[in-house]
Formats: sequence, C-alpha cells, structure tokens
Amino acid sequence: MSHIPTSTGQDVALASVVPKSPAVDGASATRSSIDFKHSLKDAMVAGVLTMLVFSPITNFILQQYSFKVDWFRTPLFLNGISIGLLVAFVRFFVSVGIQTETGERFTQKYLTAQKGVEVEDEHADGMQRLKKILLWAAIAAGIFMALGLSGVIYLGTAAAVVLVILFIVIAMGVRIPKRRGMKHPWKGALPVLFLVGLVVPLVFFYFGIFGKSWANNLILAMIYVLLGLGLNIVVGLAGLLDLGFVAFYAVGAYFLALGAQYLDIGFWTALILAPVAAALCGGLLGFPVLKMHGDYLAIVTLGFGEIIRLVLVNWIDFTGGPNGAPAPSPTIFNLEFIRRAKGDAVPIHEFLGIPYSSDYKFIFIYLLLFIISMGVLRVFTQLRVMPIGRSWEALREDEIACRSLGINHVTVKLSAFMLGAFTGGIAGVFFATAQGFVSPMSFNFFESVLILSIVVLGGMGNAIGVIIAAFTLTLLPEFLRDFAGYRVLLFGLLMILMMIWRPNGLLRAKRPVFEREEVSV
Amino acid sequence: MEWHILSQQIVNGISLGSIYGLIAIGYTMVYGIIGMINFAHGDIYMVSAYITAIVFAVVTFLGVDAVALSLLITLVITMAITGLYGWYIERTVYRPLRTTNRLAPLITAIGVSLLLQNYVQISQGPNVQGVPSLIPGGFTIGTADEFFRIRYMDMIIVTVSIVAMSLLTFVIHKTSLGRQCRAVEQDRKMATILGINTGRIISTVFVIGSMMAAVAGELVTFNYGSFDFYIGFVLGIKAFSAAVLGGIGSLPGAMLGGLLLGVLESIFAGFVSSDYKDVFSFSMLVLVLVFKPSGLMGRPAVEKV
Repeated sequence: MSHIPTSTGQDVALASVVPKSPAVDGASATRSSIDFKHSLKDAMVAGVLTMLVFSPITNFILQQYSFKVDWFRTPLFLNGISIGLLVAFVRFFVSVGIQTETGERFTQKYLTAQKGVEVEDEHADGMQRLKKILLWAAIAAGIFMALGLSGVIYLGTAAAVVLVILFIVIAMGVRIPKRRGMKHPWKGALPVLFLVGLVVPLVFFYFGIFGKSWANNLILAMIYVLLGLGLNIVVGLAGLLDLGFVAFYAVGAYFLALGAQYLDIGFWTALILAPVAAALCGGLLGFPVLKMHGDYLAIVTLGFGEIIRLVLVNWIDFTGGPNGAPAPSPTIFNLEFIRRAKGDAVPIHEFLGIPYSSDYKFIFIYLLLFIISMGVLRVFTQLRVMPIGRSWEALREDEIACRSLGINHVTVKLSAFMLGAFTGGIAGVFFATAQGFVSPMSFNFFESVLILSIVVLGGMGNAIGVIIAAFTLTLLPEFLRDFAGYRVLLFGLLMILMMIWRPNGLLRAKRPVFEREEVSV
Repeated sequence: MEWHILSQQIVNGISLGSIYGLIAIGYTMVYGIIGMINFAHGDIYMVSAYITAIVFAVVTFLGVDAVALSLLITLVITMAITGLYGWYIERTVYRPLRTTNRLAPLITAIGVSLLLQNYVQISQGPNVQGVPSLIPGGFTIGTADEFFRIRYMDMIIVTVSIVAMSLLTFVIHKTSLGRQCRAVEQDRKMATILGINTGRIISTVFVIGSMMAAVAGELVTFNYGSFDFYIGFVLGIKAFSAAVLGGIGSLPGAMLGGLLLGVLESIFAGFVSSDYKDVFSFSMLVLVLVFKPSGLMGRPAVEKV
C-alpha cells in the first residue's frame, strides 16, 4: 500500500493521529535495510581519492631539491592522511544517515534549493521595527561598553564596536527607499540618529577613548564599506563580475597623490575629480567589453587590474614605483592638520585655540567618510527602485528578454559599471589621505578578492549585508592576528561554500515591494 | 632590428608559447563544454609544478639515476595526480553549481584558485622552491659576434608539446571518448538524450585539461628550475589570453594562440621593454576581445533565444 498524498487538511490530521498506519510501517520496513556495504565502499573511495589529492602536497615537504616526509603532520588540516580519513568517516555517516527516515526528512527540509524571492515592504510597521532595532542595538552597545568599562576588553575597542553598531543602525534607516508621496517610515528618527552618529565619536574623542588607531581602523573599514557598496552595484545588482575593482580604487588614490605632486591639487578637488576620472576609466574599459558575453568581463577586468598595478610599479619616474608617493591631508576651509604653520597655511588647532593633537585629522576623516558613506548608500538605495536600478536587476536575470523589450543592455550595464568605478574612486581618495601615502602594494589582486568576498558574504544585492560583511572582514583580523596566515584560505573556502549553499548571502537579499498604485501612476 | 636578437626572441617565444598553448587547452576545453572560465586552472598548473618537484625528489631518492627515465616517470605520475585534482575539483565544487546562474561558478572558481594558492603556500612554505637543472647546454647558430642559441630544453619543450597535442587531437577526433566530448560540446541536452553520460564527459574534460597543465608544469619547472605558489596567477591569465586569441572553444586555436602570444611577447620583451611584457599580454587580450572576440579560429558566438 502506497502513501497517497492528501489534499484536504482533515486527512492529514487523521494520518497524524494514527501513528502506526500500514503505510508508515511499510515505508520504514524498506528503509530499515540500509545499504551499509554501498556506503562503506563509497566512503572508502572518497577517502582514498582525498588522500591521493592532499597527501602529495601536505605530507611531502620540499626542501631544496630534496624532501621530508611527515606522516603525522599537525595541524590536522595540513595532513592529507587525516583529511582523507575525516572525509571517509563523515561521508560514511552522512550516507548512512540520509538513508534513514529522519535523514531523508532533514534533506527534504534543509538541503533543497531555495526558490523564488522574498519581498520586503520596508514601509509596513516602520516604527515598531525601529523600536526593535534600537532596543537590540542599545543592548549590544551596552554590553560592549560595560565590558569596556569593567576592563575585560580595551575601552577603545568597546567604543569602536559601539560606533560600528551605530553605523549599522543608521544604515538600516538610510537603506529604506523613499516612495512617492510617502514619508520615511522612521519619521523624524533618522535625522536624529544621523546627528547622534556624528556626535558620539566626538564625545568618545573628548573622553579620550577614541583615538588615532581605532579611528584609522574604522576609516579603513568604512572605505571597504564604500568599495563593497560600489562593487555591490556591479556584481550584486547588475550581475557583472568585476575582478579588477581595485584598479579604480588605485586610480582614486593615485589621483590625489600624483595630482598633489604635479598639479597642486588639494583633497577637496581630488574628492570631486578623482571619482570622475575613475568612472571614465571604467567607461573606457567597460564600453567595448560589455557588448560581449558577460564572462569575458571578469577576465578583462582582472587583466586591467594587473595592468594598472604593473604600470604603477614600473613607471618609476611618474608614480614613484614600488616606493610609492605621499598624499596630502585634507583641509577644512584651508585650515590644515599640521603642528606648525607652513607658509601662509593656518593650522586648525591654532585657529580654534586648542592644543595640537595628531588625532584631529583622523576624527575629521572619520566624520566626513561617515557622511559620504551614508550619502552613497542613500543614492544607491534610491537608484534601486528607479527605472535604471530595475533595469540592472532585470538584465542580470534575463538579458535576452530585456533586450527584446527595448532596454539598451550596453548603456545600462555601463552605467552600473561606471557608478561602481566612481565609488571606488571616492574610496581611493579617502584611502590615500588617511594613510598619507600610496604604494602599488595596496592595490594587488588580493584587495579585489577581499572586496568580492565582502559582496558575496553580504549577499549579492543586499546593502546592509554588505556593510556588516565589510566591518566583519576588515575588523575581525584586528582581533585574530594569530590566524592572519589563514585569512585568504578562509576567504576562498567561504566563497565556495557560500556559492554552493547560500548563493544569496547569509542574509538573503530581499526585493523592495512595488505597490499597485505606484506602478499604475 | 638585428636578426640574431630577433631569432633568439622567436626561439624563446616558441618555447614559451608551447607552454601557453598547453595550459590554454584546459581553459578552451572547459569553456567549450560548459561555458565557464575556470579561473582555478592556472593554479592547477601551479600545483602540478609542486607535484613535479616532489615526485622527482622521491624518484631520485628511490635511486632512479637515468635522467630520461626519471623525467618520464615524474611526468606520468604528475599527470595522474594533477588529472585527479581536476576531477576532484569538478566533482566536489563545480558539479553542484551546474544548474545555477552563470555568476556562481565564476565566483566559486575564484574561491578554488585562492584555496589552492594558499593551501600550497601554507603546506609547502612561502619560499621559492627549485629543482636541479638536468638538461643544460644547447647549440649556437651564427657567427661569433652575431649568434642565437637553441637550448636542448627548448627543443624538448617543443617536442613534448607537439606530442601531447597530437595525442590529444587523436583522442578527440578518432576515439569514441573524443566523439562523445565533441557531441556534448555541440549540444549537451541532445547528447544526454542520446545516452551519453554528460557528467562523466565533463569530468573527463577537466581531467584532460589538468593533464595538459601538468605537462606544462613539468616542462616549465625543469626549464626555469624555480617556482613558487604564485606562478599560476599570471601564467593563468596569459594562457587564457592565448585561448581567446586563438578562439575560445577551439583546440588548434589554443595552440596557435599560445604560440602567437608567446612569440609576440618575447619580441616585445626583447625590443621594447621587459618590464611591461605582462602589460603587453593583457592589452593583447583586451584588444582581441574588442576587435575580434571570436579569435583567430573560433566560431562567432550566436546567442539563441
């Protein structure tokens, strides 16, 4: 007797009331004959093959024309034998496990592909959600401040974590797109929060718990937030794989450094012109390539990234080569962040009548970067619900359908590509001015990979996910210095596992809701 | 332009180009069959260089002294292990992604590339490794002032590449396995309907590509004598450029593109600037994609609705 799928709720209820129906018995009777022999064979093959793959590289260590065999190498993941045994062991139990009834149910429930998209209406019960977010953020911030004040962690670290939490909370509000004829669901709370975001670092600085080192770390993290948001448009929304994103970052950074050296360009001029230059580079590169099949873009951008880096390294007369070039600090209305006046420049501490501190520059860059990141997030949020943003996503999903509907695929893709490059340029200017120095070492392929990991981990297309991923991936190495050698290894593993199991990111990207009235207008 | 320098650069270029061609085969076959750029292929070549050195050290340790014999044994074992790498990676990583959108396999391939690089770096150390130079010498052509030199190693590289290519061409065009490969490349769905085990054929293509990379890995290792965990990156892009130059998806195109790129790059390095030779190769890639995306011998890509 086979189990007939029931359509009415009553039958289901009946079946669950009667636990030992013949159908269930019959099913478990066939299941009970688990094929141990097959599982064992399967596990053995997998184990032996894994050993053959890993062992030559791990157990035989090259030593200048000779070699050393180490069968019991530690740590265990550097030992091919142990990896092979582990794979065989796990595989055996998994293959036995999925033959049982519980295993089958588990597979059905968790391992089947997630289909469809989730739609999110950010405007529904905005205030309640805000209260919930604020509550959780306050609890988290309170815990960290308590830990910091009680001396478990450094107070500076606690302050930095609080600032990160604040950043994410504000970003959550900024990320909600504005609808025609509607108010922001958080009402007046967002501007207040934004001001809090500007004031809190100053308060922390006043109490001396937020100084140069953590400000610099947070600046770097926010630069990666910007880079992540820029690449998110290219990879996440438009679906174009850009592996040379770091090239635009380099263009922005070198624009400031070399512009100051040769053309006497200041920070503010560079902040306006460098992104434009980066976007033009993106346009020049993207225009011919975007006409073709999308995969080529990945390799061309990869090559372009390397070309830029090689030129920076080899053109020593102009770029300073591997030694790099100095970059100027920002100014506020021609007031400079220097100890003593040089020429007719007025140092800012003399103007304000306060003692000199080298921290001012970093606090200022932090605040400015905070404002600009929020601005960029705001613009990108709004673009996403505008026709251009919808075209990006539509082209990503089905290029042929879009082209037949009259969307010019080249210009739409190019706009995403150039906008991404533009953001990379902004980030580059901030990087150069915060470091005070640029060198080609900062713009290698690994940087592109780091930015890509941020976008992939954050969930492609999900701005909040990207922001959280940017903070995590850039600040976590500060805490886990012992594992620095394994960082890239983890990134690689992360990319593979994410793509196989959660291609939409840890936090799933949700589509903004489009209401009927809005569409018909 | 002096003739002997030009000849010398052409000799170097042919030897370099054969290597590019061998690696380009892996890119072009995988692209032809599943339409994916396998970024990890350059790193498979890097792994094969390490395996070559390890196997050679073991073979020497076991007392095989004859150079030719030890090289041959090394080649066979390296090809087997590297082929296994290709199979293993395809089976565990790429196969689950076969039905997803086209971005996922690309990102995964980047992940595999990072993983291989860093795994090798951590397990073998970041230092440059080496093998002893076994086949020194060569002969010179020309007068005492103006001459160029053909090393024996160059001749071996070209010969082995030709043999490997001919074997591959034979397998693809004359055997049942090759016929199945071509069928899957032309129309995967139809091939499945006709009873071809598509999954196995795709795995086979990865294995063939990896084995060719292993041949290149052994040749380069014994040619230059030193290597590190990073060699796969640049050579990977260049081999891909070669594949695109020759027309991606085309086997003779990969070899032709490799030779052409190798010779052009050598001439550029010899007469213009050796610092910018990588820039030259990457620019070639961009230019070919812009002006003739189907390459020298490729079919123009037609997207069917």
